[in-house]
This record gives sequence, structure tokens and C-alpha cells, in this order.
Amino acid sequence: MTDLHMNDTHMDDRANRNRLMKRIALRFGLYTLLILFALYYLMPLFVMVVTSLKSLDEIRTGSLLSLPREIDFSSWGKAWSSACTGIQCEGLRPYFWNSVLLSIPAVAISTLLGAINGYVLAQWRFKGSNILFALMLFGCFIPFQVVLLPMALTLGALKIAGSIPGLMLVHIVYGIGFTTLFFRNFYVTIPTELVKAAKVDGAGFFRIFFAIFLPVSPPIIVVTIIWQFTQIWNDFLFGVSFSQAGTQPITVALNNIVNATTGVKEYNVDMAAAIIAALPTLLVYVVAGKYFIRGLTAGSVKG
Amino acid sequence: MTSPQKAEHILSVENLDKSFGAVKILKDINVAIEPGDFLVLVGPSGCGKSTLLNCIAGLEKSTGGEIKIGGRSMNGVSPKDRDIAMVFQSYALYPTMTVGKNITFGMKVRGVPEAEQQRKLNEVAKLLQIDHLLDRKPSQLSGGQRQRVAMGRALVRDPQLFLFDEPLSNLDAKLRVEMRTEIKRLHQTLGASIVYVTHDQIEAMTLATKIVVMKDGIIQQAGTPNEIYNQPANMFVADFMGSPSMNLIPAQLEAVDEKTKISINRTDMAGIELMMDRKIEGLAGGSKSVILGLRPENISDASGQNAKDGQVAECRVDVVEPAGSDTFVVTNLGGKQVTARMNADVQIMAGDMANFAFDLSKASIFEPESGARIA
Ligand SMILES: Nc1ncnc2c1ncn2[C@@H]1O[C@H](COP(=O)(O)OP(=O)(O)OP(=O)(O)O)[C@@H](O)[C@H]1O
Ligand SMILES: [Mg+2]
Repeated sequence: MTDLHMNDTHMDDRANRNRLMKRIALRFGLYTLLILFALYYLMPLFVMVVTSLKSLDEIRTGSLLSLPREIDFSSWGKAWSSACTGIQCEGLRPYFWNSVLLSIPAVAISTLLGAINGYVLAQWRFKGSNILFALMLFGCFIPFQVVLLPMALTLGALKIAGSIPGLMLVHIVYGIGFTTLFFRNFYVTIPTELVKAAKVDGAGFFRIFFAIFLPVSPPIIVVTIIWQFTQIWNDFLFGVSFSQAGTQPITVALNNIVNATTGVKEYNVDMAAAIIAALPTLLVYVVAGKYFIRGLTAGSVKG
Repeated sequence: MTSPQKAEHILSVENLDKSFGAVKILKDINVAIEPGDFLVLVGPSGCGKSTLLNCIAGLEKSTGGEIKIGGRSMNGVSPKDRDIAMVFQSYALYPTMTVGKNITFGMKVRGVPEAEQQRKLNEVAKLLQIDHLLDRKPSQLSGGQRQRVAMGRALVRDPQLFLFDEPLSNLDAKLRVEMRTEIKRLHQTLGASIVYVTHDQIEAMTLATKIVVMKDGIIQQAGTPNEIYNQPANMFVADFMGSPSMNLIPAQLEAVDEKTKISINRTDMAGIELMMDRKIEGLAGGSKSVILGLRPENISDASGQNAKDGQVAECRVDVVEPAGSDTFVVTNLGGKQVTARMNADVQIMAGDMANFAFDLSKASIFEPESGARIA
């Protein structure tokens, strides 16, 4: 009896050890794979940063992956303030500010409108509200190219073609579908009795929105801001279609710097310019990224 | 239509209809209560209780009929101007506001002066014993505390009419009993007029001065708890109110002089015969098939109170369920399970034959087809 028992525990031990080994091996494989993927995705960034810090000579003679012999920030300065985007040679600076001036109001306005739309669609159902929501969703899937011509005509009619407010309008209109979707899906998880209680308390439409709904919205506001900011800052097609010489956003200017045909190709300046253009979106992700994940899952865990 | 006593009605609902699209939810609802009444709406889930309450509050538009509060027609009057306060099933506390802010929000919206708001808040907080919670957020409260805050939000309003939508349904059994007592006490101290929705019939019996039983958007019966319990208008009400519910036993009636003979078949042995001291109308000659309604407490053991007038029959015991203060004993009559409420210390085992004593003074008689009460 005891013998058998002893035997049993031995077997158990061995099985346990086997299982442990298998788990360690699995972990090891998993991490290796993840590290490889991470390296793969980090490679372009690494090349960009390294190249932007090299002198032109070194780029021509050295290898793509080698570290710079001496760190040289001059290409960053040039990209910021004196690189040529055609005939002008003012660097990215004016276009950077164009983009800032464009994105911040466009993000703020489309987010606010989306919040109000979502609030209405989720909490103030009316006849046809579901159809309206479906149409708005449909708006999210309309390809950019389709709206180019009608949009150009509209901007012309409004006499804001080629201006920053014009481009802003384009982004707001195009973004409302997404922002409405985000807020609507967030607000449907809030019981409708809350609105009823507030109505009995005497609060009206906007009072209920600002006093009760907006204060619970920070997670979804962050998600929407990240989404909209990334969309608008990184947009090229609308920027190139609806702007003119002085009003171009940074993505268009970057393209012009890289494609400027005069003289030698300055890879280090191109790389520095590209990094500068990407920096704000990177920053937004770093600062607000953890809210982004939280916001995306918020509706699913809160009852 | 304007009879003089209507003016005293704090709430009157007349011929109210409500449809959502093509679906009729409420059908010809008529209800009226006087000041100080505690009206309880009961009925199974989905029968339209909340919808009726929302119509009274003005949160849903009715599709027909009229609602008057304090004698004033509520057509086109918005919820805030109806002089009502409502407690919701989910409590609907404003999640980002503190308890204090939750309670004063309505007053703030209405522009009540700050000092007055504080005074009322303190008064109500003391009454409900939540003064130590005023700075907390709703998420930091227990279920019972949230329920009290929701109540406080209604109480500061000091309205003509309170509307409560299943305020206790989210609480555990013990807390529910406690809060029930507290609501009863509040009603008595404040003398408030209340419409209260529940599907817990014990809550209905203990709280109400008047009960309305609904089913599928139709009022089945309206009356005092006593009327509802002892003279149910139909088999639905009989079955719905009371726990365990009323025994509904198929039986034959036959007039015998000024009395009525009740015969009940049994599947596995000879039937039983009981005599009722009342005359039932419409039994001229012949016998009539009916449903006999008897509450469990009207069937007891032979040593009990009911035994005196001699209506005793021997029945087989199928199940014995001791419940502490009483013992419920189940037998089979007329093909139905019949529950009797016997003394706690009764010595009976399943399978025994035992004497059951029937008290027929409170028996109800129903028409088998329509389910309506005959007597
Ligand atoms: N907005 C609406 N649109 C369509 N149908 C609705 C709507 N609100 C309620 N109903 C329907 O009306 C009926 C009555 O609902 P109500 O909420 O009044 O029931 P209830 O008696 O309060 O039930 P419970 O005890 O479960 O709370 C239900 O069948 C429900 O599906
Ligand atoms: Mg309900």
C-alpha cells in the first residue's frame, strides 16, 4: 500500500517537472518571437534616427545600420528652419504651426460634436434615430477619394477654399462619423433612468449633458482625441487637395522637402524632417496611451 | 365627468392607454388615490407597471386618456412641473456627484437659495441617517445606502406625490425587510401620498393602503390589501397574491337548503364532501363545476381552530415542509397539489393518512372558464 503510494508521488514529481520544462520552453519561444517582432518594427525608426545624426559624407560611405561616428544635429536644424520645400527655404517650421493650428480646433470641435451626437443617439431616441446612426456609421466607411470633388465644390461655394479653416471643416465633417460612433457606444452603456431622474429634477437637454454625461466621459474623450489627432495630423490627401502655398500642413511640406529636386539628396535632413513630423502623434500616444487602452475596454467592464 | 369628490384626489388616472408602436402596453387604466394613500402596483414582470409610473411622471407620453395630479390635468406638463419625485429601480444616482450634490441637484436646477438647500439636505440626511456619507461618491456606497440616497433625493423635493419604482428589488432579503419597515415609517411620519411599484406581494401587503393588481396592461383588481387577499376578483389575483399562493381546487357545488355542498374528486381514492354555510347564487337544481379557492391557512390539522365546525376530511400526506413557525403539508385534491398550513409541532410524515380541517368561511369560488369570482 505504502509502496504504491510512494511510487505515485514519484510519478507526480516527474510529471510536474515535465510540465514545468514545457512551460519554460514555451515562454522562451514566445519571448524570442516577440523580441524579433519588436526589433523588426523598431528597425526603421532606428535607421531614421541614426541617419538623421550622420553627416552626408558618412551616409554615402558608411552602412545603413552603423552608428554615427560623430553626432551631428545640423540636419535637424536645417529640417526645422531652412530646408527647401520648392522655391521657399524656411524648413518645416511654418507648416508645423499650420498643422497645429489646424488639428487642435478640428479635434476639439469634432470631439464635442461627436459627444453631443452620441448623447442624443444613445439617450434621446427619436423616430429614425437608428437610421441616422446607421447612415453616420456608413459615413465612416466612405473612402477619402469619393468626397474630394464634392468637398472642393462646397469649400469653393463657402469661399474658404485653400484656407486653414476650409481644411479644418473637411476634417471635422469627415471625423464626425467616428466621434459619434465612439461616444454613442459609450453612452448606451449608461442606464436611461439617469436621464429620467435628471428630467424629474428639472434639468434640460444641455444641463443633463454638461452636468451628468460629460463628467463621466474622460475615458472616451481621450480615445476620441487620440484617434482624431492621429487622423488629422497624419492626413496627406485632404491636405494636398485643399491647401495652397501658405496653408499646407506638415505632411505636405515633408513630401515637398523629400521630393525637392534641386541639388544633392540630403537623406539626413529628410530623416530629421520625417521624425519631426511624426513627433506630436508619438507624444500623444506616450502621454495618453494607457487611457486609450482603458477607454477602448471601458464599456465592456462597466455594468 | 367632474363629480365633486374628484378634487380631493391627489392622483387620478382616467381611461389611460399607452402603446409603443403597434403594441398596446396599457389598456384603459383607471386609478385614483386620496392624499396620504399608499398605492401599490403589483403584477408580473413586463405587465406595464413601470410604463404606468413613467406616464404618471410625464416621462412617457400616453396615447389616450387623462392623468390629473392635485386635480390639475397633466396634459403637456413636463416632469419637472408635475410636483412629483421619483425613485428609480436602478436608483439612477449621478455617478460623478457626491451624495450631497446628488440630493441637492434638483434644488440647484430650480434655483433654490444655497442656505435653503443646505438646511433641507441636513434635514433629510438626518432623517435617513446618511449624514456621514454626504461627501462620498455613489460608487463608494453599499446597496442599502444608495437606496437611501435615492430616497433622499426624492424627499428634499417635498412633492405632492411620490413615485417609487421597485426601490427595494436590488437589495438582499434582510435589508429589504429593514428598508420596507423604514419606508412604512416614513410614510406614517410624513403622511405622503405614494405610488409604489413592486412585484413582491409581501411588500405590497405590508405597505399598501390600496393595491392595484395588473396583468398584461389591464387592471385585474383594485382594493385594500384585505379585499385583495380575502376576496380576489379572479383566479389570477388569487394565485398571484399570498405566499404560498391560494389553493385552486376543481370542485362541484350543489345547493342544499340554505347551505352549499362541495364535492371534490380524488384520483386515487374516494372524493370528499364539505358543507359551506353560505348559499351560492345560480345553483338552482343540479350541480355546477367551479374552482374552489382556499388559502393554506384555511386548511389546518384537526386539532386546530378550523376543526370546530366539523369540516374534517382524511387525506393522504404527500409532502411535509417544516417552515419554522408553521409546517406546510401538501396533499392531492381534485388532481391538484393542495397546501395546508399546520402547527409547527404537528406529528405527521409523508405517506400518512391524516385529518385535514377546512375553514370554508373565507373560501372563494371561481368560474372555471373565465376565472372570474362567483362568490
Ligand atoms: N421603450 C419601449 N419600447 C417598446 N416597448 C417597451 C418600451 N418600454 C417598455 N416596453 C414594453 O412594455 C412592456 C411593459 O414594460 P414595463 O417596463 O412597464 O414592465 P414592468 O411591469 O415594469 O416589468 P418589471 O417588473 O420587469 O419592471 C414590456 O413588454 C416591455 O417590453
Ligand atoms: Mg419595471
